[in-house]
Amino acid sequence: MAIRRQLKEQWMRVFFFCFALASILILSMIVVFLFMEGLPIFSKVSVKDFLLGIYWYPTSDPPDFGILPLIIASLSVTFFSALLSIPLGVMTAVYLAEIAGRRLREVIKPIVELLAALPSVVIGFFGMVVVSPFLQDFFGLSTGLNLFNAALMLAFMSIPTICSLSEDAIYSVPVELKEASLALGATHLETIFRVILPASISGIATAVILGMSRAIGETMVVLMVAGGAAMIPTSIFDPVRPLPASIAAEMAEAPFRGDHYYALFATGIVLFFFTFLFNILADYISHKYRQVGAATL
Amino acid sequence: MKKNSYFITAILLTIFFMTNIAMAGNLVIKGSTTVLPIAQQVAEAYMIDHPDVKISISGGGSGNGMKAVIDGTTDIGNASRFIKSKEIELALERGAYPVPFRIAYDCIIPVVHPSNTIDNITLENLKAIYEGKIKNWNELGGPDRKIVVISRDTSSGTYEVWEDKVMNKERVYPGALLQASNGAVVQAISKNQNAVGYVGIAYLNESLKALKVNGVEGSEATTLNGTYPISRPLFMFTRNWPIGDTLNFINFILNPQKGQKLVKSSGFVPLY
Repeated sequence: MAIRRQLKEQWMRVFFFCFALASILILSMIVVFLFMEGLPIFSKVSVKDFLLGIYWYPTSDPPDFGILPLIIASLSVTFFSALLSIPLGVMTAVYLAEIAGRRLREVIKPIVELLAALPSVVIGFFGMVVVSPFLQDFFGLSTGLNLFNAALMLAFMSIPTICSLSEDAIYSVPVELKEASLALGATHLETIFRVILPASISGIATAVILGMSRAIGETMVVLMVAGGAAMIPTSIFDPVRPLPASIAAEMAEAPFRGDHYYALFATGIVLFFFTFLFNILADYISHKYRQVGAATL
Repeated sequence: MKKNSYFITAILLTIFFMTNIAMAGNLVIKGSTTVLPIAQQVAEAYMIDHPDVKISISGGGSGNGMKAVIDGTTDIGNASRFIKSKEIELALERGAYPVPFRIAYDCIIPVVHPSNTIDNITLENLKAIYEGKIKNWNELGGPDRKIVVISRDTSSGTYEVWEDKVMNKERVYPGALLQASNGAVVQAISKNQNAVGYVGIAYLNESLKALKVNGVEGSEATTLNGTYPISRPLFMFTRNWPIGDTLNFINFILNPQKGQKLVKSSGFVPLY
């Protein structure tokens, strides 16, 4: 009887191991495929010319495969969206975890999380049809499809991630810390800024980085509202073309296994490195600065 | 006994299906991605009319289509341009005599916001705008506003016509906005009074203002009589004079009541 139980236990282990393995296997297959389809372009252009070239004319004769404007576009869109989404997301989290009453919190939190459930194409459409004409009129711009519009839309998308993860981090700060601070005569505001936020900084940082990683990989929104000009922006109201937008716009009709096709996959590799870096960073921060118990602060 | 009858049925079914496959016509169509939507629509309609014919369609560009026709790996090669003299030489070498069939016209119209006061533009000015040399509407007699140039992704057929007929192989300057479809261009222009763009003739509507080019209004009539400059014929090539299913298919697509109606509904100018 005991042996049968043990056997069953072992089968269960194998069973679940297979499931765990499946996602790793799928990921590694996709990565191998990505590199197989992307690397051949480097026999035509050097890595340096590819990453630092400022002209992207994949179908001209002779073609130019320089993705620097696209890289700068991706980074700047992500940066400006972070400028908007970090204060909004973190402050909302603080309000929900520390200030709002229980009942209000139970209303607001699901609503903020609902923002994450909006399909990105809907956000993109909103940006294109509503925000873009508004920006044109309000700022007197020549076009509302620009870096700022894209950053704004991406901020909408990363706020729920940042808010909900930060809120969890703030909520899990040991209650003794808060009580000790209040007992020493600190006000609620001082407690929030001097005790609770520092104690939950690793969780908040992870939340921010995951939110930014969502923004940099987002495709539909930037394809629809960023404008799509493959030039290095000189102001935040210039149209830009981030990496994912370029891939999405051109992949459908790039000749299979032609240079253009390889170049688009190589662009995908670059994008993969960015999100990979963000995730490693998030993992590192959440481990290094983890708040363990109440004593380490 | 029962087992035996199953066995016999299975054999009969196998034979039935095998002969069916052998009898069914298979048509392979390859080439230009511009012609692809026409080929797809017409092929679907054709397969409804002729359920015994199976048609497989793929893109790959005009060059690949011509190559496949010459090599005999496809029945029909789509091309958004005429055959090149080098390709004719190669074909004759291989014992092929490619036959062109003009099936439709592609007509691209420059468009602006309805509030724009400009009605007519020359090809030279269009080119200068897309090269980034003319940057303000006042250089063209319009108001003092920056021109927002909207272009298409470089792998689209629409861009190909534009590059060929307007840009004369010069590059569209990097500051041009990129939209990924005709619909997106319509959307962007109707929301921006500074914008200029170009769309296929089927996408014109009242939210846009079509510009005359060199004084000629882009329409089906001016495309067919050759006076409108930003248009081109689209072709299907066969390796030799077509026979059998290939001939039937070509006849179907040229039929004003059948294929040509689908040409129009896919956004191109029909021949009749």
